Amino acid sequence: MSAVTAGAGGVRRRVAGRDFRVALVAGGALVLAWAVVAAFWPQLVPYDPLRHDPLSRFLPPGPEHWLGTDQFGRDTFSRMLAGARPVLQVAPLATALAVVAGTAVGLVAGTFGGLVDEIVMRLLDAVVVFPAIIAAVLFVALAGRSVTVMVLVVAGSFVPIVARSVRAATLVEREKAYVEAARLRGERPWSLMRREIFPNVGTTVLVEATSRFGDAIFAAATLSFLGLGQPPGSPDWGASVSDNRVWLQLAPWTILAPALAIASLVVGIALVADSLRGRWEAS
Amino acid sequence: MTGRATGGPRLPAPREPVTRDVDLTRPRRPGQGENPHGPGAWSEENSHGPGSRSGGSGESGEGGPAGRGLRVTGLSVSYRTARGEVPAVTNVSFDVAPGETYGIVGESGCGKTTLSRALGRHLPPGGSITGGGVTVDGVEVPALSPAELRRWRTTSLAVVHQEAGSSLDPTMRIGAQLAEVLRLQGRGRAEARREAVALLARVRLPDPAAIARRYPHQLSGGQQQRVVIAAALATRPRLLVLDEPTTGLDATVQHEILDLLWALRAETDAAVVLISHDLALVGRLCERVGVLYAGRMVEEGPAAEVMASPRHPYTSALLASVPRLGVSRHARELAAIPGRPPVPGEEVGGCAFAPRCALADDLCRKRTPALEPAPGGRRARCHHTDRLLATPGSPFEEPSDAPGAPFAEPLDSSDSTGSSGSTGSPLEPTGPADGTDAPSGVPLLEVRGLTRKYGRTIVVDGVDLTIGRAEVLGLVGESGSGKTTLARAVAGLGPRGTGTIALHGRELAATVGRRDARDRRRVQMVFQNPETSLNPSHTVRAILTRAVRGLGGSRTAAELAARASLDDHLLDARPDRLSGGQKQRAAIARAFAGDPELVVCDEPVSALDVSVQAGVLRLLSEQQRLTGTSYLFISHDLAVVGYLADRIAVMYRGRIVEEGPASRVLAGPHHPYTASLVAASRARLDDPESIRLPAGEPAEEPVKESAEERVGSARAGGITRESEPARARPSGWASRIRWERAAGRDGVTKRKDANERKGVNVWEGVNVREGATGCGFAARCPLRIEGLCDSVDPPVAHTGDGHTVRCHLDTGDLPDTGDLPRTAVPVTAPGDRGTRHDPPTRDAKAPGDAQHTPATQHARHTHDTRDAQDSRDTQDTRDKEDGSP
Repeated sequence: MSAVTAGAGGVRRRVAGRDFRVALVAGGALVLAWAVVAAFWPQLVPYDPLRHDPLSRFLPPGPEHWLGTDQFGRDTFSRMLAGARPVLQVAPLATALAVVAGTAVGLVAGTFGGLVDEIVMRLLDAVVVFPAIIAAVLFVALAGRSVTVMVLVVAGSFVPIVARSVRAATLVEREKAYVEAARLRGERPWSLMRREIFPNVGTTVLVEATSRFGDAIFAAATLSFLGLGQPPGSPDWGASVSDNRVWLQLAPWTILAPALAIASLVVGIALVADSLRGRWEAS
Repeated sequence: MTGRATGGPRLPAPREPVTRDVDLTRPRRPGQGENPHGPGAWSEENSHGPGSRSGGSGESGEGGPAGRGLRVTGLSVSYRTARGEVPAVTNVSFDVAPGETYGIVGESGCGKTTLSRALGRHLPPGGSITGGGVTVDGVEVPALSPAELRRWRTTSLAVVHQEAGSSLDPTMRIGAQLAEVLRLQGRGRAEARREAVALLARVRLPDPAAIARRYPHQLSGGQQQRVVIAAALATRPRLLVLDEPTTGLDATVQHEILDLLWALRAETDAAVVLISHDLALVGRLCERVGVLYAGRMVEEGPAAEVMASPRHPYTSALLASVPRLGVSRHARELAAIPGRPPVPGEEVGGCAFAPRCALADDLCRKRTPALEPAPGGRRARCHHTDRLLATPGSPFEEPSDAPGAPFAEPLDSSDSTGSSGSTGSPLEPTGPADGTDAPSGVPLLEVRGLTRKYGRTIVVDGVDLTIGRAEVLGLVGESGSGKTTLARAVAGLGPRGTGTIALHGRELAATVGRRDARDRRRVQMVFQNPETSLNPSHTVRAILTRAVRGLGGSRTAAELAARASLDDHLLDARPDRLSGGQKQRAAIARAFAGDPELVVCDEPVSALDVSVQAGVLRLLSEQQRLTGTSYLFISHDLAVVGYLADRIAVMYRGRIVEEGPASRVLAGPHHPYTASLVAASRARLDDPESIRLPAGEPAEEPVKESAEERVGSARAGGITRESEPARARPSGWASRIRWERAAGRDGVTKRKDANERKGVNVWEGVNVREGATGCGFAARCPLRIEGLCDSVDPPVAHTGDGHTVRCHLDTGDLPDTGDLPRTAVPVTAPGDRGTRHDPPTRDAKAPGDAQHTPATQHARHTHDTRDAQDSRDTQDTRDKEDGSP
């Protein structure tokens, strides 16, 4: 039996190193390109993304307008480039907030255990069961539309996910002998958590951060699609898809451009995340 | 080695196979007639007189017809890494005839596993065979196409990996997994299922039909290993590779698995390659051994001769690092091999072992020695074999007496400071490192009525324990006996429970969180698993510094590391760059950071190679002498405990069944459970000396007498039992094989085999008390008194010297294992000693049933509680089957 299983194991092997590099380079290039665009779009766009041009409505892609124009004659390509900024404002901030808060919550729950763990985790469960979209609508209705609100909404929905993973990793580390050795020399729980456990759940935290980043892009786009993001008319990707969806058959390029932009950014992040995760988890 | 055993006049006919439908029994292997070791080949003179060997069996056992068996010629394996091609195995050649067992020995990282994987061509990614050939029964394995390779593996190869548990599919029942292997061989569904059960019976699992219905997690480690062996046998392999088949198992279970392999090798006709880091262990089971170092064969030859007179310093050092039962640290320090093997790819000019070898000189460092053939079918790769052989005895064993000895590795201050600690009676306070405030009459640690539970399971059951100042208390028991829970409770970890723990007569808080800084400093712990005991994110220096600060110690990290013989340059490394032994040294250094008075050592060496284990044990011993610290030292290995401990406590199912001075506990009279541990431990390694004994000299007579005396005396005690005369056994091979194997093989009855098969499981019974009163060992005890042992808690008997035994037997009736092996050289085989005092069970059976009384040779052969009744029944049926000719 052993021979058989061993044999099967040998057949499927991949050259981990090469796969790793291709994915990392491709994904990294995509993400980096969008980051540059988000920072420097005013210099890069051929037209003002907000300028109406009634004479050139619904132009198909061509040499003048590379990706055509929309119902107001705005240049789709310029709007696509300009749309990178709001998304890349919200997503990294939201991710960072979610990871920091979630890690803290997960570490505390895992390290202290007992009643603290029970209370914290049940609270998080309560957050999770509440539908995120409805929560977002309510929140925006109460607090108004702004980048800050978007960040808080997205981060809030990710905190429980991060906290659970970190808590699971903490529980594993907490049982290890080096933590017990620290307890034997009288380390207090807070110091145990910071000095002994936290450095060793770092991998989990990084993996969570990369996974959540991709999700955050998507969540930000979704919120703006629902009209909870940027004010109407702004070149935001989600909003653009939403605005132009009635013209889908007449001018599909107006939707395809922002949709593909979202997809390429999310895929780029996923590629980077996967390859980094492979490396971290191997080490 | 088997040559001797099998060729001897007492060779019984091969046993009937356990089951008829899987008849894997083959006639004795062809090599039988041509015993390569002539009579007397085992005598001591042989070490330099190999010319007496009759047949030029050449480089290895080429006895079989041309091309039969395994032939490895010039095999080289390397891995592709970032640094380029790194050779892991270089130019290794050996032959294994069908039915022969070949041992491959070496420390971790010497290429053993790579070599074993290359044999079946299942190297891990990046590995490839770069040269040489592997031929199994004439099939060139490296030349096979993928399809042919697959077919060859199904029909001819079986591999047993180190961790049995991970070789089994956790979601499949045992029977189904085995049937799957058989189906691959082309059996029908129903047939495969039947054969699967038969295979389980062959590996002596009790109630195979029930086992077949279980899932892997419902079996103990030893049982899992048996299942994996059964799966390996299912293919009727031509080549069987066993990669550390017993590592990680309890000493007793280890012993049983080796025993099983010994039994099975007679039944299969495969070439067997057995891999281990423990030369002494493997040597007993193999005809020939090859010692691997840094991917090269450094010595090769007949196992007994290699063990008796090693021709390479590495072999010699490996042998010297094994603790022997009954040899205390006061009598002889263990000889560890300094340093570590080179990592693959590391350039070592000249002999790869030179940096660690005390015999090394400029020649060694400049020129790589060749593997020179030596007389007697041996080969060795050393420039200075002559010097090694010229040293009388083993130069590696007595470092303290011979300062120039190769592996002396002295710790400068240990000799002067140490003597005071080691000479005094262990119970007398010999002045711990710092002054204590308690009156000197009070022992350091006093545990009273300690009880710990996990859920409803009582793991530690009313334990009393005392540790004196500067005393090492060894705590022995099998896995699940509660010894770790007890140790953790002393350290203030684990679940809370009742009972008191007092230090210097003052009660300690039960949990470490409530102990004050002084108490925490006084009690420290060394953990079992070196992989988890150091924080992987911190450097060694940070770990030690933090411990010093936390415990209020006065030394620096560098001083602590130096005292633990940890190289300076490792201080700034993180634990992942340290080897297992180095990690454990760092953990020990950490435990000593605050000058503790008691260090709890929870199996600190059980995860280490034998050679590394020796170094860690020595370190513990030296630290103890140096600082006068007391230890609570836990192990499942009696020889290890015997080396370090002044007093030994034996734990079984949550209770201390025996406690006393180490020599008293080891020599007896002792508790029947201790007796079984001693027997298993003896069998594990009897000294290489015993192997050197001339062949075939029966030395059983006095033993037999004393056995009968004991039976008689027990009868006089008013207990009726059926006696069976102890049987004569050839000592020569009983010394290699264990007593119970001898019992099964000298052909007295088939019933014994059945009994043995069944007896096997009693060691692996679920080790949890089920709230019953009575002696926890009653179900497994060969001396139990029906109606008493299993219902009434045994009293504590004092036999003097502070030696207490918890047993219903009168002290005079307690088993007595007699002298320790070293003192008795013209030995009765260890097995004989193990059995001689063991009368049959006291089963209340009618005299007419005499033949059906399980002829219990030892504790092992009694019934497990759970299966007691039904195994007795099945045994009877088996008897009938087996009895029919």
